[in-house]
Formats: sequence, C-alpha cells, structure tokens
Amino acid sequence: MAINKDMNLADPLFEPAPKSVPSRDGFGKALLELGEADPNVWVLTADVSESTRTHWFADKFPKRFVQVGVAEQNLAGVAAGIAACGKTVFISAYGVFSPGRNWDQLRVSVCYNNVPVKIHGSHTGLTVGPDGASHQALEDIAMTRVLPNMVVVAPADAEEARKATLAVAKLPGGAYIRTCREKLPAFTTEKTPFEIGKANVYRDGKDVAIFACGEEVYESLKAAESLAEDGIDAAVIDCHTIKPMDMKAVEEWARKTGLIVTVENHQAAGGMGSAVAEAVGSTYPVPVIRHGVYDHFCESGESVELLAKYKLDSAGIAEIVKKAVAEKKR
Amino acid sequence: MADRFRINNLKKLKMIANTIRQDVLRMLFEAKSGHSAGSIGLADIFTALYFNVLYHTPKNPDWPDRDRLVLSNGHVCPVMYAAMANAGYFPKEELLTLRKLGSRLQGHPHRGMLPGIETSSGPLGQGLSQAVGMAIVSKAERKKWRVYCVLSDGEHQEGQTWEAAMLAGKYRLGNLTAIIDRNNIQIDGHTEEICPLEPFAEKYRSFGWHVIDVDGHNIKKIIDACEESRAVYEKPTVIIAHTIPGKAISFMEFLTEWHGKPPKKEDLDTALSELEKQRDSIESDDF
Repeated sequence: MAINKDMNLADPLFEPAPKSVPSRDGFGKALLELGEADPNVWVLTADVSESTRTHWFADKFPKRFVQVGVAEQNLAGVAAGIAACGKTVFISAYGVFSPGRNWDQLRVSVCYNNVPVKIHGSHTGLTVGPDGASHQALEDIAMTRVLPNMVVVAPADAEEARKATLAVAKLPGGAYIRTCREKLPAFTTEKTPFEIGKANVYRDGKDVAIFACGEEVYESLKAAESLAEDGIDAAVIDCHTIKPMDMKAVEEWARKTGLIVTVENHQAAGGMGSAVAEAVGSTYPVPVIRHGVYDHFCESGESVELLAKYKLDSAGIAEIVKKAVAEKKR
Repeated sequence: MADRFRINNLKKLKMIANTIRQDVLRMLFEAKSGHSAGSIGLADIFTALYFNVLYHTPKNPDWPDRDRLVLSNGHVCPVMYAAMANAGYFPKEELLTLRKLGSRLQGHPHRGMLPGIETSSGPLGQGLSQAVGMAIVSKAERKKWRVYCVLSDGEHQEGQTWEAAMLAGKYRLGNLTAIIDRNNIQIDGHTEEICPLEPFAEKYRSFGWHVIDVDGHNIKKIIDACEESRAVYEKPTVIIAHTIPGKAISFMEFLTEWHGKPPKKEDLDTALSELEKQRDSIESDDF
C-alpha cells in the first residue's frame, strides 16, 4: 500500500467504501459554524436554499440570510453591496447559473471591487445526471480561475468542503467553491490536513502522478489500486485548490514521475488540468494528459452511467492512465 | 461626526454647479476621451448630493455611518470626481489626471483606488443591486445611514436593474433612494427609439417604489425630492430626474453625439466663456 498515512484518510479506505455524504452537506455545516462564530457572516441564495443546504443557516440566522429569488445577477450584486459594508458573504446556487449566469457581476461587482464574496456553485459536473447537459456545469472552473482576486477550490468530499468553506471565509477577496449533488464517499477525516493552495498527496507513486479534484479524487485513488495490480505505480494528488495552484507540488511530481495525468469532472480545456499544465510548463516541462470532458455537451443519464461513459469513473481513469504510461515508455 | 454641508443658499449651490461643469470640461479636454453630455447634465444633481443631501466626511471618507452614494453608470464619473474634489475629498489639481497612467481617477471609477468611491462601476446595470445590498445591511442593523444610487435611464434596458428593483420592493427599503438621470439619450440614439423605457414611473410604482418626478436641473427641487424620500419609511424611493444632456453648454445640449466624446480646444474655450457669463448672471440674480 502506497497510501500516505500522514493524510489520515478513512480506514478502511476501499473495502468497504466509507459512508457516502453529499459534499454540499459539508458546505452547509461550515456555514452554521461560521454563523455561530462571526456575526458578520451573511448567506444569500437564489431560490435553491434547500438543495444548497443554505436553509440550515437561514433557519438559525434569518436576519443574515437573503433570498433573492431566481436572479443570479442580482445575487452577486447584492452580495457585493453587503460585503462592501464589511461583511463576509456566501452566495449559493447551482454552478450553471452562478458563476454561469453572473460572470460579469462576479468580475466587476465582486472581483474588481475586491470584496469578500464567496461563491458556492452546487450541482456541478456530470453528476446532476438525469437533468441533462443544460444543468451540467462543466465550464465553471475555467470561468472563475481566470478572474483576478478570485480563489478557486473544488473539494473532494463533504469534510474537505467543510474545511474549504471555513478556509475561504478567512480570505479577503472572492472565492469559488465547487460541490456536486451526488453523495461521495467520505474518505477524508477531520484529521486530514487542508490548506488553501497546498495539494494533498494521498498516494505515493513513481510512474505517473494523477492530479484530481472533486469527486474524481476518490475515483483516482481506486484507479491507482487497480493500476498497481497491472504494475503501474501511480501517485494520487488531491489538487483541491485550482487557484492559487500549488506550484511546488506540480514541479515536485513532474520531476519524480515525468508524467502527469489530470482528472476532473469538467471540460478538459480551461479547468484544473489546464492550470496544472500551465504550472508544469513554467516549472519542469513533462507530458501532461488532461482528462475530463472533451469539448462536448453531455446528456441525461444516471450519474454512474455518465461517469462510466465519459471515462470519469475509476475504470475509465485507469484506462486513460494506462495508455498515458504506455505512450511515455515508447 | 459628519459635516453635512447643508448649503441651502441657492446662489452658492448654483455657483458650485457652474464650477463643477467647468472642471468637468477641463478634465475631459485634458483626458482627450470620456463622456461629456451625461457628466455635464448631472452637475446639478451631484451638487445637490455632495453639498446638501449626503451625510459624509470628505476628510474621513471611511466614516462608518456615512450615507452611501453608489454610482451605477460609471461613465459619468468625471462629474462625481469634480464634486468630490470641490467637497474636499482630494486636491482639485488631481482632477486633470483623469484617465491618465498612474491616476486614482480611473476612466470608470474604482473602489479602493480613490477613497470615497463606494463601488467600482462601468458595465451597466450593476449599481442598484449593490445599493440594495448596502440598504439591507443598514436596515438589518438599524443604522441611520441611507443609500443613494445614481443610475442612467439607458441601463434600465439591463435586466439586472429590474431584479434589484424587485428585491428592494420585497424588503421595503425605505432607506434607499435611486436617482435616475432621465436624459433620454444613449450611445445609439434616443432611448424611446432604441428600446422604450416608458412608462418609467408606472413600472417602478408597480415594483413597490415611491416615485418622484423632478426637474433634474432645479437644485432646490432635487434637494426637496431627496428630503421627501427620507420621509417615506415603508418603501424605496426613485427620483426620476429629467435632465438635458450637456445642460448649460449651448452647442452640447440634447445632442447624442456628445454622449461619448470630449471637447476640443475651441469647444472648451466656447463652453468656458458661456459658463463664465452664466456666473455673472447667477451673481446678479435675486434669490
């Protein structure tokens, strides 16, 4: 086993898999903690309070909760106004609408103003499944990471989402937190470290380094197990912070393995993989295979079916990595 | 504490508006780009705001209990900069750095760069939402400070403005006063031809607002309308201020072509001499 014990992951990690919890639960829990600790924390939503778990905060702190209705542009703008009064403001909606609908408001009212508005994009990636392509946010990392004064985080499970939420609350400017609808194995623990901008190495390896984020981290860990049986020693890195990118980790693993595969539930262009590739290019250039959705609108289907079809489950990831390793050896 | 200027002497206020117009023309001439007509047309409203209506402390721009003034249509910022400099926020010499490299006076205003600027603006339709956010905080925390938001008429073609208007109605933001520069022009022509905004007042009324129509060049009436809005406790107020783009400069008035261009040297000289003549008549006027 090459699992990094320092990370205090769940034990056992695979058989049986840890209990599944939606990552947005971690976000909702953190808001309660923040609301309790700091009377300057406000929460806003756009008609999705229950499914984004902001109703927990709303029930407890109704005076610091604003329901704007189906109006994501106003959501971002009102938040910026509240934040300009010295408050820390979380806005929560589905990723396709926020940052999808309100990018200009995030750019000017939030980022250019440089006020502490934290954007929670829920229901991102393919795992909204049956809702279909219109609701599958696969471009949100790309559109947020390009904005100045914006930090971008894609937590791997509920506990990491909780820690990420607490961490971004302390930052002076804007931040984007990405969660998904589907329940995810709760494989990190309270003791697992979390620091914005510092990638977590969950599994050591020498042949290839897999950089993953969100629900793809656990899938990548599973993929690494099966790759080990095929004699491929794959490291797995939880690249939860997409911006600022952990340049040190990227360079270190580029040097160690000479091959990086990135895995994300997002377009392969512009997202975490692109951010890693940019970092590799300016530190220690080695091949970077970016795996995700390839310039494509997907379709309706159950979450597991879609992940399998687009090779974003452990089997698909193993296949992509195997191919990359074979090409490296040629 | 606040030094609310509270200049009630109309002659003095008219003189200040005249000075602001002259400053704006010089600034735009030096900058060689910028928006003339809207900035000039708003001189009377900004005079009323900065020299009578607002509770503010130019020497202490971050005073927590200040009234907030959100400028939504950022392109008319020269008039705000000129009003601020005349009110003592920063030295008047700095006005001529407008739009130049290294200046705090950005082409569109930027919060954090120039103390006293509440929000960065420029892309239209974003100001009212932020003003609503501020007013919600003031109301929730039972503060006395109010929020004023200056908007253009054209930016009511942006859907976000109406999203914000709807939410202000929901929260009955009696501490919010929106002032619309109803000058009827936008870049491509007249608002009612491009995409009609009327009936403006009825739209706002139906969103739960108290509406006041006012002559946007009558400083006394602008002040009175703002006072009236302070007295309306149960709903937000919108002041539809009817203005003439380029007001007081004979060759600029009403012309859409002056929306987005600065004066040339001869334009500047003519305009300044017209304004100087107006000073004489303000001086001799009986108030």
